[in-house]
Amino acid sequence: MHAPDAATTPRALELSGVHKRFGQTEIIRGVSLDVPRGERHAIIGPNGAGKSTLFNLMSGRLAPTTGTIRLDGEDITARRPFRIARRGLSRSFQVTNVFPRMTVRENVRCSVLWSLGYRYSFWRSLERLRDANERTDETLERIGLAARRGALAGVLTYAEQRALEIGITIAGGARVILLDEPTAGMSRPETEAVVRLIRSVSEGRTLVMVEHDMSVVFELADRISVLVYGEIVASDTPARIRANEAVRAAYLGGGDA
Amino acid sequence: MKEIVAFSLLNGAVYGLLLFMLSSGLTLIFSLMGVLNFAHASLFMLGAYFSWQVSRWVGFWPALVVAPLLCGLIGAAIERWGLRRVHAKGHVAEILFTFGLAYVIGELVIMAWGRNPIENHVPAAIDFAAFRLFGTSYPFYKVLMMAISVAMFAFLYFAFKRTRLGLIIQAALTHPQMVSALGHDVPWLFVLVFAVGSALAGLAGVIGGFALLTEPNMAANLGPIVFVVVVVGGLGSIPGAFLASMLIGLLQTFAVAIDYSWYDLFAALGLHVSRDSMLREVWQVKLSQAAPILPYVLLVLMLVVRPRGFMGTRET
Amino acid sequence: MHGTARAWLGAVVLLAALPWIPGLHSDSARSLLTQMGIAAVFALSYNLLLGETGLLSFGHAVYFGLGGYASIHFLRAINAGLAIPVPFVPLAGALAGLAFGIVFGALITRRGGTVFALITLGLGEWVHASSLMLPSFFGGEEGVTASRTRAPHLVGLDLGSQLQVYYVTAFWLLVSALAMHAFMRTPVGRLANAVRDNPERVEFIGYNPQRIRFIMFSASAAFAGLAGGLHAINYEIVAAEALSATRSGAVLLMVYIGGVHHFAGAILGAVAITWLQVSLSDYTTAWLLYLGLLFMGIVAFVPGGLAGLAMIHLAALRTRSLGTIARSYLIALPFALIASLGVVTLIEIAYRRATQPEAGTSMRLFWIPMDTAKPWPWIVAAALAAAGSFALVRAWPRIAAAWAQAGEEMHARA
Repeated sequence: MHAPDAATTPRALELSGVHKRFGQTEIIRGVSLDVPRGERHAIIGPNGAGKSTLFNLMSGRLAPTTGTIRLDGEDITARRPFRIARRGLSRSFQVTNVFPRMTVRENVRCSVLWSLGYRYSFWRSLERLRDANERTDETLERIGLAARRGALAGVLTYAEQRALEIGITIAGGARVILLDEPTAGMSRPETEAVVRLIRSVSEGRTLVMVEHDMSVVFELADRISVLVYGEIVASDTPARIRANEAVRAAYLGGGDA
Repeated sequence: MKEIVAFSLLNGAVYGLLLFMLSSGLTLIFSLMGVLNFAHASLFMLGAYFSWQVSRWVGFWPALVVAPLLCGLIGAAIERWGLRRVHAKGHVAEILFTFGLAYVIGELVIMAWGRNPIENHVPAAIDFAAFRLFGTSYPFYKVLMMAISVAMFAFLYFAFKRTRLGLIIQAALTHPQMVSALGHDVPWLFVLVFAVGSALAGLAGVIGGFALLTEPNMAANLGPIVFVVVVVGGLGSIPGAFLASMLIGLLQTFAVAIDYSWYDLFAALGLHVSRDSMLREVWQVKLSQAAPILPYVLLVLMLVVRPRGFMGTRET
Repeated sequence: MHGTARAWLGAVVLLAALPWIPGLHSDSARSLLTQMGIAAVFALSYNLLLGETGLLSFGHAVYFGLGGYASIHFLRAINAGLAIPVPFVPLAGALAGLAFGIVFGALITRRGGTVFALITLGLGEWVHASSLMLPSFFGGEEGVTASRTRAPHLVGLDLGSQLQVYYVTAFWLLVSALAMHAFMRTPVGRLANAVRDNPERVEFIGYNPQRIRFIMFSASAAFAGLAGGLHAINYEIVAAEALSATRSGAVLLMVYIGGVHHFAGAILGAVAITWLQVSLSDYTTAWLLYLGLLFMGIVAFVPGGLAGLAMIHLAALRTRSLGTIARSYLIALPFALIASLGVVTLIEIAYRRATQPEAGTSMRLFWIPMDTAKPWPWIVAAALAAAGSFALVRAWPRIAAAWAQAGEEMHARA
């Protein structure tokens, strides 16, 4: 089983007392979270609990009102998204956020460039970058879009776009991956395919996932945190979460969203 | 000296209020529809021309009502039959459409009234002195301009903050589907807003046509300054537009009266800068000569110091 | 790759052969070709911003003009004895363009979208207005002149003839196009496309979109400056209009009408609009109105521009669906012609009446004499315009249906 010892392994992601206020409304009310390296962590909770906001805070899209966020011990609170991405944290989006007028291959290739050290080069032809093209092809194979490499991202089917979304997220080899509702809107077989994909791409990496599909959560997660009204009411192994009375009442009992 | 200051203050206020009349209509359309209407200044121009034409037929006071109305109708038509097709294509397409429209309206004006400026004199009905200041009289039509501008600000404020329709329009910007689901006709709202914005531009044109030269280049001359006002004030903010308009209006008007150059400033500060230096052409430019570019200088300064403008709320 | 190499070779051959084609022998024709070449470089530089990076600029002529002024001063230095052959002058323009692109770009690429567009407008107006205040560099109202012949000769090129000027222009057009094409196939180039498509996502893959915009802006300004240098050589004079809002507007129109989605679109647009500007203005004073209407039409109905239109029809041709479409065109064509006839007549007689009163009221339009003071030309024109438009609107669903059908056929056969 994939369950590292929480006490001794270094923290991949650490949130301490994070608050987020929008005007008068406080969306995140003091969240503290420890995700050890290599763990697969799921965040569940009713709609409006603040799960996407939490992701936005972790990835730099929003800045916390108070509190700190650390990535592998380094403070990344309120840093620009590109700085956080460069340090090895990558995220996917709930609403597909690809580059519609570029081909699938170009979408993925752009995502590998920084991690391979190419920076803002304008003197090297992309076709000659062997490592970039190899990494791109590998990623395309993994996400199952190798056959669609020449198609424009904007014309892909919904499931294909979700796969591409994940592809862009993992292509750069990030150590910590945040996936925002990766199986949203998918049929059963599509979901199972994505679960297999997630399991394979998160080998040796840290995964934090927001999900509504409980079967996916229980199948993949080493630990689950339950977010309700901006606070984490429980954070434990799947078995204990399932048995937790308060969680059942607030969330699981009423069926998933 | 007192005279110069007093009259510059008054004229600067008039010009600033004129800029505000234009920029408020533009801001209205922008903040409620996300469209930057390049043809806005063209509607201002049409207001001036219509006013002149209608005055020739029935007199000034009817023209004051008819010209803005015509501009409002044209604005409604532009949105209903032109811009509506382009909304789905994104903001760049919308700007480009109105950009092309500005060209077209400019040419249509030439087609109807020729390339030369027309004799748009202040009509006899409002051509008298309002009051005397330091021995010189101040024209009534400028006072009228100020009064109309202020009335417009009041109208806009009231209409959007205090009426139900205004509230609906504000909501329709960020949540058009929701507003539509509540039973309101969002496309029609857009037509209404465009019409009102255009009518305001036309009204500005009626009055502005006397203060400025009424010619086919009017729109191209004033247009860029209005855009500067909108950016400096903060895209999407009407109070910001007011502030920026007044600032630029006063700045330019005062500058025109000041015949001093950098050299004079250096001398006053005790700095010795050679008359033969490489940059002497820059140093010898008088403030009065540089008046036309001051708005743009302000724009760049604003960019460096406070990119979102005085009261910016929207980033596109 | 082989296909692209062949395309470039074909371009070289075409450019080399153009001035020898019967009908294009004359100096005036070759002058037109040269103008098209200059416009093409300028338009390609503009498309780096608009089509590739998604940045709309209303003041791109600033870099063209400043490059032109730098070049003309460089040319004057050559006239005064500097031992550099004239074909190298556009490099001075490129350098000046780059320098100003970097300085201004650092400031204005902080914002994107609508605000960026307005700032470029303001900056353009500023530079244009300033040019009249600084006569030693800008030459005041008359501009700055130089000679392209009083210089050391490069392999016998004395640039005395229009033909030689054309070849220098064609050379730089080829070099620029190759450079820009290659540039778009580098990491920065592709990332510029990504910034155009989704600037926010670019941050999440580790890149700062602002930096990318800045680099693209500087590159675009450099090539615009190069075009300005070619302009300086061709006309031997650079004046304030090279910096004007009119010129900025012109390149925008060229690129958009040509098509922003394809590399060659900019060239197509430059050629078409230059031709319109030069030849249409011989026939009618209303050509700017026609251009504006064409532009609006493209924005509203054919956002891919002429290049996009060509590509769609080529695709239809390849999949043999062209026949369906062609038939519907045949139906619409007569109505379109009638409507156009009416509209054009109305415009022409109105223009004549308003702008050329001294020319009298009688004129010849489409070989038909008419008197603008009489009502009948107006009535007939209005009737034609109305009838034609009405019929066209009725026929439109037919065309739309034909296109839909062709689209399905293309999909099936592709």
